[in-house]
Amino acid sequence: MRVLYFSWVRQKVGVAEEEVAPPPEVTDVAGLMRWLAGRSPGHAAAFAEARAIRAAVNQDFATPDRHVGPGDEVAFFPPVTGG
Amino acid sequence: MTAPRVRVQEAPFDPAAETAALLGGRTDIGGIASFLGVCRADDGLEAMVLEHYPGMTERAIARIAAEACARWPLAGCTVIHRHGRLRPGEPIVLVLTASSHRAAALESCAFLIDWLKTRAPFWKREEFASGETRWVEAKAEDEVSAARWEESRPAAPA
Repeated sequence: MRVLYFSWVRQKVGVAEEEVAPPPEVTDVAGLMRWLAGRSPGHAAAFAEARAIRAAVNQDFATPDRHVGPGDEVAFFPPVTGG
Repeated sequence: MTAPRVRVQEAPFDPAAETAALLGGRTDIGGIASFLGVCRADDGLEAMVLEHYPGMTERAIARIAAEACARWPLAGCTVIHRHGRLRPGEPIVLVLTASSHRAAALESCAFLIDWLKTRAPFWKREEFASGETRWVEAKAEDEVSAARWEESRPAAPA
């Protein structure tokens, strides 16, 4: 599974993207966030404000209950500020 | 109608050239509405850095543009959004909507910029002369502006 980070989420995690292989019990976006938070102090800091983070799965905006699995591209970022 | 033109790019763009390209010699267009977003120098801002999600950003804008074309009778529309480091006074985003009548052009242009603000994956970081940097936070009022398009349907074309 490929995980991408943007904006301050990327800064806190410390990398823009990484390949991860979460255990089978990680089945949705919310579960993935909890699992990622345990990977490093940077991840923990980034995901400490879980409610401030938005997600996309395979480049579509996704809610916390969205299913994730091997081969998915999952991105985490703050609310968007374009325009 | 012609397919929406969507571009995400670092380079500047030329609004006059884009307007001419959208007209393209057609004679069924009665008006083109435009919105040009410009980098503003708030609080001694030296530059604005726009980050995006290559691939998703283009897809998200294309989807928003397709939604505008489905909701209003448009002859065409153009959305160009820049990324990278922009200085105050530099254009950030251009929205052009063409229709046979002004109401559709004006309403769809407002819809597009409202939805771009809340649904296009871009993140702005402000850089100040002091060396301080700050991520721009999403504004609640932008959500309110975008939400007004959830229920309302466009008026029937005249």
